[in-house]
Parts: sequence; structure tokens; C-alpha cells
Amino acid sequence: MKLKNMLLGTVFGAAVAFGATAAMADGHAKELTVVSWGGAYTKSQVEAYHKPFIEETGIQIKSEDYNGGIAEIKAQVEAGNVTWDIVDVELSDAVRACDEGLIEPLDPSILPAGADGTPAQEDFLEGTLHECAVANIVWSTIFSYDTTKITGDVPTTMADFFNTEKWPGKRGLRKGAKVNLEFALIADGVPAAEVYDVLATPEGVDRAFAKLDTIKDDVVWWEAGAQPPQLLADGEVLMTTAYNGRIFNAVAGEGKPFEIVWDGQVWDLDLWVIPKGAKNKEAAMEFLKFSTATEQLAAQASYISYGPARKSSAPLVGKFHNADIDMGPQMPTAPENLTNAVQNNFEFWADNADQLNERFNAWLAG
Amino acid sequence: MSDATLDMPVGGTAQRAGNEPLVAADGTPLKQKLAQTTRRMKLRALMLTMPLVLFVLIAFVAPIGDMLFRSLYNPTGSNVVPAFAEAIQQWDGQDLPSEETVKIFVEDLAKARRSREIGRTVGNLATRLNYELPGYRSLVTKTARRAARITEGPYKEALFAIDKRWEERIVWTTLQRITKDYTLAFYLAATDRKYDADGSIVQADELYRIYVPILWKTIWVSALITALCFIIAYPVSYLLSTLPLRISNLLMILVLLPFWTSLLVRTSAWIAMLQTEGVVNNIFVYLGIITDESRIQMIYNLQGTIIAMVHILLPFMILPLYSVMKTIPPSYMRAARSMGASGTYAFMRVYFPQTVPGIAAGTLLVFILAIGYYITPALVGGNDGLLISNLIADHIKKTLNWSLGAALGTILLVVVLVFYWLYNKLVGVDNLKFG
Repeated sequence: MKLKNMLLGTVFGAAVAFGATAAMADGHAKELTVVSWGGAYTKSQVEAYHKPFIEETGIQIKSEDYNGGIAEIKAQVEAGNVTWDIVDVELSDAVRACDEGLIEPLDPSILPAGADGTPAQEDFLEGTLHECAVANIVWSTIFSYDTTKITGDVPTTMADFFNTEKWPGKRGLRKGAKVNLEFALIADGVPAAEVYDVLATPEGVDRAFAKLDTIKDDVVWWEAGAQPPQLLADGEVLMTTAYNGRIFNAVAGEGKPFEIVWDGQVWDLDLWVIPKGAKNKEAAMEFLKFSTATEQLAAQASYISYGPARKSSAPLVGKFHNADIDMGPQMPTAPENLTNAVQNNFEFWADNADQLNERFNAWLAG
Repeated sequence: MSDATLDMPVGGTAQRAGNEPLVAADGTPLKQKLAQTTRRMKLRALMLTMPLVLFVLIAFVAPIGDMLFRSLYNPTGSNVVPAFAEAIQQWDGQDLPSEETVKIFVEDLAKARRSREIGRTVGNLATRLNYELPGYRSLVTKTARRAARITEGPYKEALFAIDKRWEERIVWTTLQRITKDYTLAFYLAATDRKYDADGSIVQADELYRIYVPILWKTIWVSALITALCFIIAYPVSYLLSTLPLRISNLLMILVLLPFWTSLLVRTSAWIAMLQTEGVVNNIFVYLGIITDESRIQMIYNLQGTIIAMVHILLPFMILPLYSVMKTIPPSYMRAARSMGASGTYAFMRVYFPQTVPGIAAGTLLVFILAIGYYITPALVGGNDGLLISNLIADHIKKTLNWSLGAALGTILLVVVLVFYWLYNKLVGVDNLKFG
């Protein structure tokens, strides 16, 4: 009898506890989960989007970090347990997720007009509105070095990044094929405009890997965007590729002596997508409309050096939020930074990412 | 039975006489009653094992079955373009499919383009094609976007106008193959092979061969780890089994303490020890063995993986060895010596053979654990210290090619079973002794 009572007690207790958690989950239903890339970038979004949004709507926001890719979205959607409401993704991932039906289609006509009255469809830069995604920023992968470590002759071109004879020391690169192959070809003398034509041929891929081979033993691989400024600061690497905004914020926000080299930069878009079956779809739509409005995009640009996706935001972009630095010239899209630049070709990467990453892994392990 | 005894009429036992069969209290023959009772007891025993059986079914048999199934069954093709999937099977593989088949394909694509259902979208078909024909993903998505606008023939010409890759026969032979639900393609990919345009199996290009080399590497690394564990564990176990109990218990705790410590903690401790700014390098620099600039890279490579895994798996070798050595009476060795055997000869002929069951158990345990190890190589493996399980995880978590992940997992399972079979032949599983 005693055992039976104990069993009953346990079952009852568990049921009560379970009910309580379920009730609590209900109570928190109005909390929006916004997923982005962490570090200085997420911080800029919290300042420019989250805080004013919470103030205006009263909807709480839970911010989560990830390192890109659509694996987690796919896992959540297929398991029917979608815990992310809105996610900041790269263009090639947005296209693939949309093709596979993992994210909600978006109608661009619901987006608010620009502050100057231009309809959204004309206000957004060309190619920044997608059938399932809305871009917020233009960002770029560049390379950077520490000016206290490299004095005298400084690197100015992508070829210099690969020149370990003149500048001996470790190099930081993002672990994966994307962007590294572009960099390798540019360093090998391929003009920026022809990079993807060359890369589309087997010889071009061989050429890129051969160039990467020349620095393979000196590479420290990074995965999260917050790592490269840290690697530079710790002296673990002499030069590293990085997202331009992370380096800028380390310089402007923390006074780090880093210099950005814009030659050969590969720029790309970040876009908001809403996973299919998101629990707070309505709130996510509200957040999407709110955060991609002219003022919010311009405000974000004062916290990190990523270019707003709306034309009407450009004139509103001013100085860094706590220092006297003009943000305009820090943007990947500033004319002087675009002299030898590549726009990431989303179709090429949607097509070839699997195969090239496989080869990249084989190359890395060999 | 006690109830039955209570209900029994008082005179019951007195009635028994002559050749009448023995009966129980309720009048049934005792033999039958006994069978009934044993049956009931067996049933109860079975019921008691049911939770375990269910657990094994749900947590072990079902997932492995699902994995085997997924590695062979991939219905993406027939889900996305069902009518075409049937029509294309009539094609003999010569030239290009008929105009009629291509028409069905275009119609199916236009229909699939409107689908938002997971597993039935154009993107799913494009991804599936891209697994076997890398770089052809956009061919499908691009064509699907325009498929609805192709309303009249000639359909082939219309496809050629969209992209001239539709003129390649290999696109159609691949489509014919991937619209069948059962496929060996993932096993081919997992063994670095693929289909060519005619459907024959060929080796993958040398630069893209990755799985077979990694599988071999996993096997020899596991063998090496097992050998190192054995070399270290044998003397330690011998010492433990021969020392007085008071001291050996103390030493045993030194073996068990790390055994009870979290795997992550122990791996992280090795990172702290071996990294370039770590304890070992600092000591070397301090002693002047190496200079500050020439610090040795000891972790985030294969060497680091082996060091950390040997340490983590060592107790699995020590414990069975110890338990077997503990049972060997020291008098055997003394007897051998007293009859004139040299120390080495007595050890080889008398002591060592008696420890074989422990060695067998230890090596089997360590090898099988090592071959599927994931966390330690993932944390300290760097680039060249990754093992097959890390690649499987990569396909499940990053590239999302679950079928390929499942095929690799199945191959790993088969490899383990083959080794187990070999082991059984050589040592005999009955000889195992875990303690």
C-alpha cells in the first residue's frame, strides 16, 4: 500500500509540475524569439530594433545567437517544434530555405514606405527583396591586421594577405569554402568581376585550392563572427579575414589598433526570414516591418558599420553612436571601398556549397 | 496456492487413495495445476522484463532500423514529380526522353513550384539532384520558376532555351534514378564512388575522396589507442592486483576518480595542459628545452586526439584486467619458478595466458568505444584529428544530407560487427571476462 501511495504521489506531483510549466509557457507566448549572429552585430540590432520595438508594442524579445546555415531551421520545421520566430540569414541560405519550403513567403507590399514616401519596392536596393526574405543590411568579409604588429610596409591588397614570405605569421580564415575561394582567386590575380566565371570551371576551383595550399600551414580557422577580432587582439594571428562591422566596432568601440583592407572584399546581404510554423508569426511580421523601416535601418548603422538596405536610410546615417566617426566611409558600399569588390553570388553557392565544402573538408584533413 | 489450501475441505487429504492421480485442492490434477502455475510465473517474469524489452525496442532497435531504412529509401523524387517519376521509367536511357515524358516533367515542375509542403517542394528535388550532380541545383529551381509559362510544345526545345544543360543525357539518367524510391546512391557516396552517365559505378574524383580514407584512419587510430591503453594498463593492473589491499584500494581510487569525472571536464583539462600557451609548453620553455617562439602544437590535431582518448578510455582497459589478475593465485608463479622456469618463461607460460580473458574484454571494449568516439575528436581534433563520427555528425547537423549520414552510420555499424565477428573467431566471446 505504501508503495502504491508513493507511486500515486509521484504521478500526481509530476502532473501538477507539468501542468504548471505548460501554463507558464502559455503566459510567455507573447515573447518573440529573434535569432541573429551574436556579438557586436546582435548588439546593434538590440539597440536599433529590439529596444524601440519593445517600447512601442510591449512584446518582449528573446535574443538567440547562431553561426549561420539553415540546419537548425530545417530541424525545427521538420520536427514540428519551431522555437525561432525570426532569423537573420545570408542570401544563399534564404534562397535555399525558400526553395525547400522551410520559411514563410513574404509579400513586399506589406512593408512600410520609406520616410520620404517612396514605396518599399522602389526604396529597397535592387536584389534585397526576396519572395521569402527581406534584407536589412549589406555586410562584407574583408581582411584586417593589427597596426602595432605590422609597421613600415603594410599589406594593401588581397595578394598581400597570402604573402607569408614578406609578412610571416598566422592567418585567420573562416572555416569553410565560401569566400575563401573567392579571396584565393583574387589574390592569384583574377579580377573581381571574373571571380565566379573562373570558379565555375574545375580548373578555377583547382587554382583556388592551390592558392589556399600556399598558406594552409599558417591558418587558424574561425567559425563565429566574434572570434577574429579576438584572435587579432590576442596576437594569435597576424592578419585575419573578418566581417567588417566586427573589426570596425573593435576599433571604434574598444579602441583596438586594427586596420581594414577593403581590396577584394566580398559583400553579401543579411535578410530576415520567418521559419514556417513559427509560433509567433504575427508578432514576427510586426517586428520585420518595424525593423526594416527607414529610421531603424539608419539607426542600426550608427551602432555597426553595415550598410542599410533602403535607399531612404542612407541620408540619415550619421556618426558612430559614441564617437566622432562618420559612418558613411566605413560602409562596404562606400564608393572608395568598392574599387575591387565582389558581390557574393548566391546562386553559385546554393549550387556548389555542398560539393565544395566536401572538397574543402577533404583538403583540410589531408 | 495458500488460498487454495485454506479453502480445502478438511477431509480432502484423507480421500486420496489407490491409483487416482494427485489432485490439488480445487480438484484439478496436480500435474495440470503445476503447469498452470509455472506458466503464470513465466508470464509474470516476462511482464517484468517488458519495460526493458520495450526500452531496447524504442531506444535501440527502432532508431537503428530507421537509420538503415533512411540510408536506402529516399522518396524525394517521386514526391515532387510523381507523374514524371512513373513516365521516365519507360525510357531506355538512349538519347533523350520522349517529348511526352518531358511534357509531364514540365507540368509536374509547375505544380511542385506551388507546393509549400516540406519534402514536396522544387527545392527538395533540386537538392536531391545536386547530391548526385553537384552544381545542378539551380537548373531545377530556375526551370521550375519558368515551367508554368511553358504551355505548349515543343517542350524539349523550351527546356533547352531555359538552360542548355537539359541537352545533357546525364541529367535525365540521374533524374530517372532519383525518382525511384530505393537507392544505393548514398552508399556509393559513402564509399567515394558515384554513377556515371550510363549508370555504371565509378570512383569519385581523387580530390573528392574523403570517406574511405577517414574510415581507415578511424580504424587504425582506434587500434593504436587500444594498443597504447593495453601497454599502459597491463603493468598498472598487475601492480594493483599484487599490492596489499590497503594501498591498492588507494591507487584504485586514482583510476576511478577520472573515470567518474565528466568527459567534457577531462577533455578540457587536456586542452589546458597541451595548448601552445598551456602547462606542458610553459614547463618546456621554463626548462629551456624549447624557446618561446618554437612552442609545440600538441593539441587540435591527431596527436591531441590520441592523447586525450587514451586517457579517457584507460579505465575500460584497467578494470577488466585488474579483476582477472586479482583471481590468479600468486602460488602458480611460485610453483613455476620452483620447478626451474625463468622469470620471463614463467610469466609467458603461466601468468600471461591466464590474463587473456581480461585482455580480450579490455581491448574489445576500448576498440569499440574508440571507433565511434565523437566528443573528444570534435573538441581537440582540429583539422587532421577528426574521425568518421565527426563527419556523420556534420551531415546530420550541417549539410542536412541525412541519407548520407545514415549510410555512413550503417557502414560504421557493419565495421564494428565485422570486428566483433573476427574477434569471436580469434579469441572467442565466451572467453571474455569483464570482472
